[in-house]
Amino acid sequence: MNAWLYVAEFILALALAPLASGIINRVKAKFAGRHGKPLLQLYYDIFKLLFKGEVLGEGTTWVFSAGPVIAMISSVAALALLPLGGAASPLAFQGDFILCAYLLGMGRFATVLAALDTGSPFEGMGASREALLGALGEPVLFLALLALITTAESLGVPRELSLSTLFNGFSPLAWLNGRPELIMLVFVMGVLLLVENCRIPVDDPTTHLELTMIHEVMVLDHSGPNMAFVQYGSAVKLWLFSSLLTGLVLPVMPVWAHTLSSILGVFVCAAAVGVIESVMARLRMHVVPALVGLAGSVAAFVLILTLVR
Amino acid sequence: METFLLALLLMAAGALLTGVVALRPVSLATNRTANFIGPASAAAACLLGVYGLFSGGWSSAENFILPWGLPFGAFALGLDPLSRLFLLPVFALGFTCAISGCISLRHSDPSEHNLGAHWLFYLLLLLGMTCVMTARDALFFMLSWEIMSLSPFFLIDFNDRDRLVQDASWVYLVAAHLGAVLLIAFFALLWQQSGSTLFAAMAAKAPAHGTALFLLALFGFGAKAGLAPLHVWLPEAHPAAPSHVSALLSGAMLNAGLYGIIRSFDFFGPAQQMPGWWGWLLMAAGIVTALMGILKALAQSNLKRLLAYSSVENMGLMVMGAGIGLVGIHTGSAWTAALGFAGCLFHMLNHSAFKGLLFLCAGEVLHAAGTVDMTRLGGLQRKMPMLGALFALGAASIACLPPFNGFAGEFVLSLSMLRSLELPGMEQKIAMLACLTGLMLTSGLSAAVYAKAYGMTFLGQARTDAATNVHAPENRFLLPLVIPAAACVLGGLLAPWAFKMVQPTLDFIPVMHTGLLTPAANVISSTESLLGRVSLIGGAAAALVVLFALIRRALLARHGVKRGPVWGCGYRYATPRIQYTPASFVEPAARIFGLVMGTAVKTEKPEGLFPSRVRLDVDAPDVVRGRFYTPLFQLMEKGCNALKILQSGLVNMYILYILITLVALLIWGIA
Repeated sequence: MNAWLYVAEFILALALAPLASGIINRVKAKFAGRHGKPLLQLYYDIFKLLFKGEVLGEGTTWVFSAGPVIAMISSVAALALLPLGGAASPLAFQGDFILCAYLLGMGRFATVLAALDTGSPFEGMGASREALLGALGEPVLFLALLALITTAESLGVPRELSLSTLFNGFSPLAWLNGRPELIMLVFVMGVLLLVENCRIPVDDPTTHLELTMIHEVMVLDHSGPNMAFVQYGSAVKLWLFSSLLTGLVLPVMPVWAHTLSSILGVFVCAAAVGVIESVMARLRMHVVPALVGLAGSVAAFVLILTLVR
Repeated sequence: METFLLALLLMAAGALLTGVVALRPVSLATNRTANFIGPASAAAACLLGVYGLFSGGWSSAENFILPWGLPFGAFALGLDPLSRLFLLPVFALGFTCAISGCISLRHSDPSEHNLGAHWLFYLLLLLGMTCVMTARDALFFMLSWEIMSLSPFFLIDFNDRDRLVQDASWVYLVAAHLGAVLLIAFFALLWQQSGSTLFAAMAAKAPAHGTALFLLALFGFGAKAGLAPLHVWLPEAHPAAPSHVSALLSGAMLNAGLYGIIRSFDFFGPAQQMPGWWGWLLMAAGIVTALMGILKALAQSNLKRLLAYSSVENMGLMVMGAGIGLVGIHTGSAWTAALGFAGCLFHMLNHSAFKGLLFLCAGEVLHAAGTVDMTRLGGLQRKMPMLGALFALGAASIACLPPFNGFAGEFVLSLSMLRSLELPGMEQKIAMLACLTGLMLTSGLSAAVYAKAYGMTFLGQARTDAATNVHAPENRFLLPLVIPAAACVLGGLLAPWAFKMVQPTLDFIPVMHTGLLTPAANVISSTESLLGRVSLIGGAAAALVVLFALIRRALLARHGVKRGPVWGCGYRYATPRIQYTPASFVEPAARIFGLVMGTAVKTEKPEGLFPSRVRLDVDAPDVVRGRFYTPLFQLMEKGCNALKILQSGLVNMYILYILITLVALLIWGIA
């Protein structure tokens, strides 16, 4: 029964994922005083791209063609480990967060290699930046997870520790049980969301200058179905990180309420990203690691606080 | 056991035969003979050896003692699960590298290389490693250890006309012997205490100077394993050696250091009496080595140097695992103890598979392009698709990406540190969690390192003529590489079964006999089921990737695929030289980790009104070697030179020395 519920939630998440990007764009447009693209623009784009032909860069190999598929499937597989709408993932197991982080790493690796395959200096630039940010983001994500894990262990959560126990109404419960420091993890996960999804202030996905991009410059040469996979993959990744964030905030609720509020939570995240993108400028490239470092220090601080109890 | 002894005999016989061939004047015919006898006997011995490992039952322990002519020691051999586990990579890689070496050396020039000597030392290396991991007597162990340490000197020195190669083999020889000195001291102390050279007798006697013994073992074996700061020989020796030798050294011989550390736990008495800081020291040494290794690897632009530093990193992770295991035993946490050791051993097996594969691939690159300098390569994937695919597989495995075997090992290592709350004391919990964070940073960086290694060598466009005019190897010559490649894939997709191989060994880790065995077995079996989940999800994801690749193909069937120029920002005259280089790829990282990466940038800026020559050199020499060892050895050389005044060459002076000594002794005797 529970597994079927999860499958339904999972399909819902996969279906709604491109909507979040529409929300970001709409919020940004409103801030700029424009009406903006339709909310469903990404659906149209993906649908259109799927039925187009592809132009491959000269001299590229199967690595270039396989990159987007691997990246998309990695994000989807990582999403399948998350608790969605209050339903625990049937795939959950102790330590599944390690697999989740490394699946995202696999996607990043494939994207970076696909970018390097073109031999274009711009894509090499993006690949270089993405490889570093990915390496820096991983320990930060783990510091945040470890804070949750140690809290769960010291509060005596009897179940095995997986994403489905840690991001399913656990954290608000901990706040109320004298662990308010976990609220700071919201900031950490927020920064990770921006870093991993390459949004302002880390990366500017809509700028006209390739020199200043990270993610978008790596996928410049994709077209047709592969571009659709790239776009859908990033939409799923955004959904994944937003779900992690909402999973930190939402308490345990009845199924329908939890489903509704977690979807709403993802949309709120998307709107918040839109607001941040409208009011902030991109950080200079060498300041970005400092931002990740800041998130890491906050996470380490929370971890130490939870240990000291 | 009999099959196993037969394998040993076969190696010795092969060595004898190739030795005879080596003594004859070198000609095309002798080289051909040697290149047949050597690999054939090595491969046959390795196959026999693998059969011998499994024939007696994977978890059984056997002993075998023969009298020998020497006044001390005994020819005592033993096969227990610990030896069996460490011998598996020796034989598997010994087989693969022998065949691969036979293929790559088939056209070597008799006027430059004596293949008889090469294969003699290859077989001696195999024999030495096998004996090290089965010796049950200190004297026999040290003899085998010396054979194992000496033969690589001659193997590394294969291209002995190259100045750099000579230099590298000397560095190797010095490092190997400094390590051996410590080990001799280690065993001499034990011998003195127990009065016997047999391991069993040494273990039975509770040692007096536990800490001194532990430190001797750590530094002696650590020098072999490449623990920082004793790693300096690795980045010199691996690039200099022929690739099949580097693969064997990196995938099997380094493990001997780890084996020594774990085996030496036998001699320190019961685990309860070990000081708690031993485990922490191992752990700290491991994680520091790992972080330093991976950052140095990131800075390299020579593919084989990069792989060598990455071996340093991986050995660091294994030693860290052993340290976690010790900490777990000391604090009585079955979870930490079992998974720490299991992670260490599992990672050892996995590392042998992918590092062997990567070194052999690097050898093919060297063969095809004549260089492994990544600044001169690029675009090899198109010319050698099979080799590129194999390297990509190895790179994804070593970068710890699911669903390959590297991730399975990393998963166990990470799991072992998750129960840090069971540790007493705040500082211990924090140290353990900091170590886990360090592990995550290491693995994140290793993804960047291997994205660079694969991307710069195989992807993009050829940067120089070396990469344009490659002699692509025929696919059948890549067949030996399929063995480690299959291990990488199967080790990931069948991870629970691969992990099962480690279980019997855990019971034989000497310090594990502390009532932890039953809970440890439970931990291991539950981890097996977790690994089952990992494999399931990884396999499903791989299947989905294939499915979507097919969907893409179906979607494209109507339109077809066109080729067009890569987007160059509107610039039409792009050349391969404007591509990102290995140095520029890691430039953002060098801004943060520059201190450890030690990148040295030399620029010749444009000067004058009509600047002609502009130059930029980025290099990453080993900081420890340059700042610590070179001055140290220079100082020692100076000291030795200062002593030269004594050595005047005049006989009457020497007689005077004797007289002075006698008088001095006389005075000392009276006083």
